[in-house]
Amino acid sequence: MTHVLELNNVSVALERTVIVRNISLHLQEGMIGCLLGPSGCGKTTLLRAIAGFEPALEGEIRIAGNVVSNSQYSLPVEQRHVGMVFQDYALFPHLTVRDNISFGLKGMSAAARTARVQELASMLKIAEYLDAFPHRLSGGQQQRVAVARAMAPKPRILLLDEPFASLDVELREQIAREIRLVLKHDGITAILVSHNQYEAFAMADEIGVMRAGELLQWSTPFELYHQPVCAYVADFVGEGVFLDGTVLDEERVETALGILGGGELHGFPKGTALSVLIRPDDVIHDDDSPKTAKVLDKAFRGSQYLYTLEMPDGTHVLSLVPSHHRHAQGEKIGFHIEMDHLVAFRR
Amino acid sequence: MDTLTLKAPEGALSSLKRWFPSHASTWGILLLCLLLSVPVLTVLSSVTASSEGVWQHLYETVLGDYVTHSVTLMVGVGLIVLVLGIGPAWLVTMTQFPGSRTLEWALVLPLAMPAYIIAYTYTGLLDVGGPVQAWIRETFSLRFGQYWFPSIRSLGGAITMLSLVLYPYVYLLSRTAFIEQSVCVLEVSRTLGATPFQAFRRVAIPLARPAIIAGLSLVLMETLADYGTVQYFGVSVFTTGVFRTWFGLGSSTAAAQLAAVLLLFILFLVLAEHWSRQKARYHHTSNKYTRLPRIELRGWKKWAAVVYCSVPVLFGFLIPFLQLLKWSTETWHLLDRDGFLTMFGNSLQLASITAVIALLLGLFISYTKRLRPSLSLRGMVRVLGLGYAIPGTVVAIGVLIPFTWFDNALDAWMRRNFDISTGLLLSGTLVAVVFAYLVRFLPVALNTLDAGLGKIKPTMDDVGRSMGLRPLQILRRVHVPVMRGSLLTASLLVFVDVLKELPATLILRPFNFNTLAIRTYELANQERLAEASSTALMIVLAGIIPVIILSQTISRSRPGYDSRT
Repeated sequence: MTHVLELNNVSVALERTVIVRNISLHLQEGMIGCLLGPSGCGKTTLLRAIAGFEPALEGEIRIAGNVVSNSQYSLPVEQRHVGMVFQDYALFPHLTVRDNISFGLKGMSAAARTARVQELASMLKIAEYLDAFPHRLSGGQQQRVAVARAMAPKPRILLLDEPFASLDVELREQIAREIRLVLKHDGITAILVSHNQYEAFAMADEIGVMRAGELLQWSTPFELYHQPVCAYVADFVGEGVFLDGTVLDEERVETALGILGGGELHGFPKGTALSVLIRPDDVIHDDDSPKTAKVLDKAFRGSQYLYTLEMPDGTHVLSLVPSHHRHAQGEKIGFHIEMDHLVAFRR
Repeated sequence: MDTLTLKAPEGALSSLKRWFPSHASTWGILLLCLLLSVPVLTVLSSVTASSEGVWQHLYETVLGDYVTHSVTLMVGVGLIVLVLGIGPAWLVTMTQFPGSRTLEWALVLPLAMPAYIIAYTYTGLLDVGGPVQAWIRETFSLRFGQYWFPSIRSLGGAITMLSLVLYPYVYLLSRTAFIEQSVCVLEVSRTLGATPFQAFRRVAIPLARPAIIAGLSLVLMETLADYGTVQYFGVSVFTTGVFRTWFGLGSSTAAAQLAAVLLLFILFLVLAEHWSRQKARYHHTSNKYTRLPRIELRGWKKWAAVVYCSVPVLFGFLIPFLQLLKWSTETWHLLDRDGFLTMFGNSLQLASITAVIALLLGLFISYTKRLRPSLSLRGMVRVLGLGYAIPGTVVAIGVLIPFTWFDNALDAWMRRNFDISTGLLLSGTLVAVVFAYLVRFLPVALNTLDAGLGKIKPTMDDVGRSMGLRPLQILRRVHVPVMRGSLLTASLLVFVDVLKELPATLILRPFNFNTLAIRTYELANQERLAEASSTALMIVLAGIIPVIILSQTISRSRPGYDSRT
């Protein structure tokens, strides 16, 4: 497997302010990556550096093995063969959908061009709008056109900048999954930028969490959720609370919820003060359990309730409970802890 | 059973509505609309009247010239302003080169230079007796007639002069279009394999096309409306034809008929402009703006950009401005101080009266539109808005004919019934002059005020009301502070337009009533070009004010766009 995209210690500056620092990552052919982080973390700047809109201050960026950016050199955007989908889609308003899609098709016979446009249009379900102008289309349709246009010249890598942010919330995950299928079908390597973890989970094979210009962790969604490398990633991805704990031995930690430990070595010396991550799915409602906690707040999630529980010592945890278990605020309910493995960080 | 009455919720300023009673304000505006349409209606109705053979005479002799000259003038000016306007607009918006930030606003400066003044100045510079030809004769030891030099007093000269001062319309509108274009659209074309120049050609220009056409229509309207330049260069076009027919052949009907033909041309341009503005809405690409990345030009490209963008400023403003400055210091001692002060006072008086009336009428119309919106009202306001397109000469003819008729009719009736002669009440007085100005410049005030009032969202009125403010307090604490800038801008724009106006003033002014523009025109026509420079300079200096306002408005128009960086 070749690395379509490879970043080695890349830093990027905008007007002399370093926005992105020392980033290394690589993406294999056909994989979809995601840069996830809050606004202002530098994820878009990094994407623009990959596209070639911003030069690299340090390090190097390789696309399909060739260096496209380093501290001395930046290959012009138009020679990188990248496709880009912008947040506002940036469709050309003066061209029809068909002409938008074929904008980047060069050196092809008219027949080949038509065939490529048709192929993409049917894949992305926009065949019936080919002769319409962009302002006639809905947001979701515009987005499909933007993706089709970027895919048309068969780019070596597809870059998507917050591609779902302008869509209705209900549409986002559905379209994200659809686009994922199309990219997978065409074997396209892609990297998207998002601040929304659910979009990232729906779309990406690998996710990188960024904060203040740094890449904290680059791994699969599963690892990100279950094995976060730092408290920030643990907090940013998924829900949960941190409880104070103290290391009892190489497997177990004592917390307000009792002694926790998943039968794995956690690697902290005895007596270390830790923050232990408690996910809502770790706290199981159990009417037979001797341990009880008071319901402080509850949020309806359809098939489940998310309860905020107050322990006898005053600490709060979250718990996901099937929604046919209805308890009023102030009621005491029983629970037990079920943890596959311990996620904890030094305090 | 109770009947349900559905009542629309009262807007916050609804109690202000008593000042704008529905029928009274609508009728008021209708009346104003009719009144201000009188000149155009007069000119158009002349088409059916008989001009006792004068039209036939014109048709056989000069009409062909008028048409060919006017069309040549339009084509020539149109082509040059596109070259002078679009290229620099794109360069200063999207690239960086030495002086680009200064040129960004300096390129608008020629707008301060009325065409007739630049024509006088270049004539003084380039004519046989001027410094340029004198230098050629001296350097090469030649005598007049032994060398070839293009004559500035020609159709080509008029095309050059008009292009040099009118290109800023194309520059401004295309620059606004380039600034408003989503950078993403240009960037996406780069990722699809287009070089920066290809992105300009395939995306930026097509997107800016409606704006460019709108700018071009404005240029061509001004070209058709020009009187001072073509008159001075002896080029016979419609405006000079109207003048000559009226004063030379003494036929007001034929003059009005010529003016009607001119109006047809204008109508076509108005439609073109309107159509392209409609289209521009669909070409709006994004509401999300990012920092405009400017490409830094290097090597020969850098210097080519410097030359390309400096030439219009140099020839359209700097050279004529410095020449005027030089002349006015040389001829300062010749100036008749008292006469100058009187003229200055006259100009100031006319300009301020018009500005104040335009402001009041504009406010009345804007607020009626806001408080009592209706389709018919919008239609009427649109008709009012057309005034800016009508050449001063046409307005003047259209004012003079009905006003004279009214004066004569009234005088005859008073004499018949009361044996009193009322003489000239309207024509040949300042009333006629100010009326003509209002026809032309009320739309200028109206546009600015509408834009200002548009910034106050109706919900802001509601917020004020919900906090317990009474309507007058809302006016004072919300509207006045927000509108202050627009009020100032509107009155300044009208003020300066009046100061620069030549043909209507020339035709309608009271006997012996001089303004700065008239005096400049008279001196220039007596070939006392150097002496004309002091008044000309005053007009140019005043003209710089709206240029500054315009520059600032545009720079602020785009979030994320900073003209300083």
